[in-house]
Amino acid sequence: MASFTGENLSCIRGERLVLEGINFALEGRGAMILTGPNGAGKSTLLRLMAGLMRPSQGRLLWNDTNVSDDAAEHNCRISYIGHADAVKPAFSVSENVGFWAEMNGSKGHTPEQAMTSLGIAHLADLSARYLSAGQRRRVNLCRMLTSGADLWLLDEPTTALDSETSASLGELIAAHRHKGGMVVISTHTDLGISDAVSLPLEVTR
Amino acid sequence: MSGLSVILRREIRLALRHSTDSFMVVGFFVIAVVLFPFGVGPESNMLARIGPGVIWVAALLAAMLSMERLFQTDYEDGSLELLVLSPVPMELTVCAKVFVHWLTTGVPLILTAPLLALMMNVPFEAWPVMLASLALGTPVLSLIGAIGAALALGARRGGVLLSLLVLPLLIPVLIFAVGAIDAHLMGGGAKANLLLLGGVLLGALALAPWASAAALRQAVAS
Amino acid sequence: MNILHRFANPTRFQRLSKKIEPWVLVLMLLTMGSGLYFALFSSPVDYQQGHTVRIMYIHVPAAWMALFCYTAMAIAAAISLIWKHGLADIAVKATAPIGAAFTFLALVTGSLWGKPMWGTWWVWDARLTSVLVLFFLYLGYMALRDAFDDPARGAKSSAILVLVGFVNVPIIKFSVDWWNTLHQPASVIRMDGPTIHVDMLMPLLLMAFAFKFYYLWVMLVRIRQELMAQRIRALKHRQAIE
Repeated sequence: MASFTGENLSCIRGERLVLEGINFALEGRGAMILTGPNGAGKSTLLRLMAGLMRPSQGRLLWNDTNVSDDAAEHNCRISYIGHADAVKPAFSVSENVGFWAEMNGSKGHTPEQAMTSLGIAHLADLSARYLSAGQRRRVNLCRMLTSGADLWLLDEPTTALDSETSASLGELIAAHRHKGGMVVISTHTDLGISDAVSLPLEVTR
Repeated sequence: MSGLSVILRREIRLALRHSTDSFMVVGFFVIAVVLFPFGVGPESNMLARIGPGVIWVAALLAAMLSMERLFQTDYEDGSLELLVLSPVPMELTVCAKVFVHWLTTGVPLILTAPLLALMMNVPFEAWPVMLASLALGTPVLSLIGAIGAALALGARRGGVLLSLLVLPLLIPVLIFAVGAIDAHLMGGGAKANLLLLGGVLLGALALAPWASAAALRQAVAS
Repeated sequence: MNILHRFANPTRFQRLSKKIEPWVLVLMLLTMGSGLYFALFSSPVDYQQGHTVRIMYIHVPAAWMALFCYTAMAIAAAISLIWKHGLADIAVKATAPIGAAFTFLALVTGSLWGKPMWGTWWVWDARLTSVLVLFFLYLGYMALRDAFDDPARGAKSSAILVLVGFVNVPIIKFSVDWWNTLHQPASVIRMDGPTIHVDMLMPLLLMAFAFKFYYLWVMLVRIRQELMAQRIRALKHRQAIE
């Protein structure tokens, strides 16, 4: 079973130390919730995990190999939901989802399945410029479902989502973990993940 | 290679839905050239003499204007991060985007150039060389411009900055391209200049995807 | 905070730079003083150009410095990108204005020299044109470095730009020479004679060394200054969040 660990991670952003000495370990089916006040580095840690940034110190390991040794391999393992939804207004909903599914090798749900499970199947042919913020977020979550990635990295995924969709996101996460996947989330909403590990972060001085 | 075709299809489809962008670039190109007779006078010998240079400078500026958007929308809506995180290597993604940029701006510029050459009284025998120089030179504009666009991503006053960064690097293209046309008109043969231009194109092909990808990776890292 | 310090390693640099700085200053003053004396008083007057030849003792070393500084920037930029060394990044930043100033000096002295020699303030001579393009490259670097709200972003972007520019410099130089032979002006007296007399060579070399020492001295001062500024920013930041 896969494992994802961080050892003594530190990160400097713009001359400022954002993370210092972070340790965590995550096994298959594991879930971790990042907690802490604004500015504690939750987003930065998720970006480090995704491979968008490199740690200034410390190591990120997947099955005991450094993830920066093979960044392309790591890209196939993760799916990252950031603050922006990466929805192209010129495309329809299904075109948006379909593009990322193909880009990531179509290893997960089909775009149709993904859109159905997030309740936007009826919007498939609608131009994405007419979507609300919550609907755009759901398109982004569809992308994650189609990627078939082992590790989901979610940065405040419930912003703009209604309580119903938040609940179905909770169910999707449970299903993903049931299949052996891992999840790291920074969130203030209760997604019903009772057995999740909590990683408290503090503002560094 | 399937990743490349996926991103190519996406870029072409996006470009088709924003096809007015291409028309605006061509419109700028035409207007910039048309201004010259007003600036220097309509005397046809003079226009024929400066015509190739004017057309090339205008093409350069028109290409620069369109360059800023190359990565900007992807950067703003978060797609760029995901493109960096996708299994398709970023260098390949850059190549696809640059190729489509050339298709949607470089090719329309080449197609419009004969019309402007006609208006500037550029002699007919110079046309094939002019078109050859544009065919070899406009891809370089897209390639080197992509480096600048990637570097200036998220900067204040990105568009002006982009021109300041990239135009000095494009001086060799201008020199060899206009040199080819001049040499041909003076009976010297355009071959040497066109070969040099081809060399610049190969160099840019080797350098630009790599440098742009590096710049894009660090643009999403901050 | 100890990681920040390990990245820049300022204490060792501070100690070393304090030790060599006075020596560099003395060497600069010596070479500059003697160089200027020879250049302005004891070197021979050119049989063609008269006293205007004395401009050369500033112009040529300044043009050398223009290239030297860009090369130094490219090396430092490569070091800062590959090994992420904080001092290298500061060195790139500190070199740029010095290089730009020397490039500007070369352009102005070239223009001043052009007036008596060619009868106009500006001639599209190949060398002068190349230096002008180099000046644009410096301006581009400084503009890009300054254009981001996040200083780290500006540092990395502009370091890549320096490397791209450095690859391009020989191509630009070659193309401008090529362009110039195509459009050769009617009569150009070449700036360099076939051979240069020792009496002229000595002040030229002295001035070249003086400029190099000046560069070294300014670098030491500016890097120290920047390290200090970084420390102040870090302290202020700590104060602000406590």
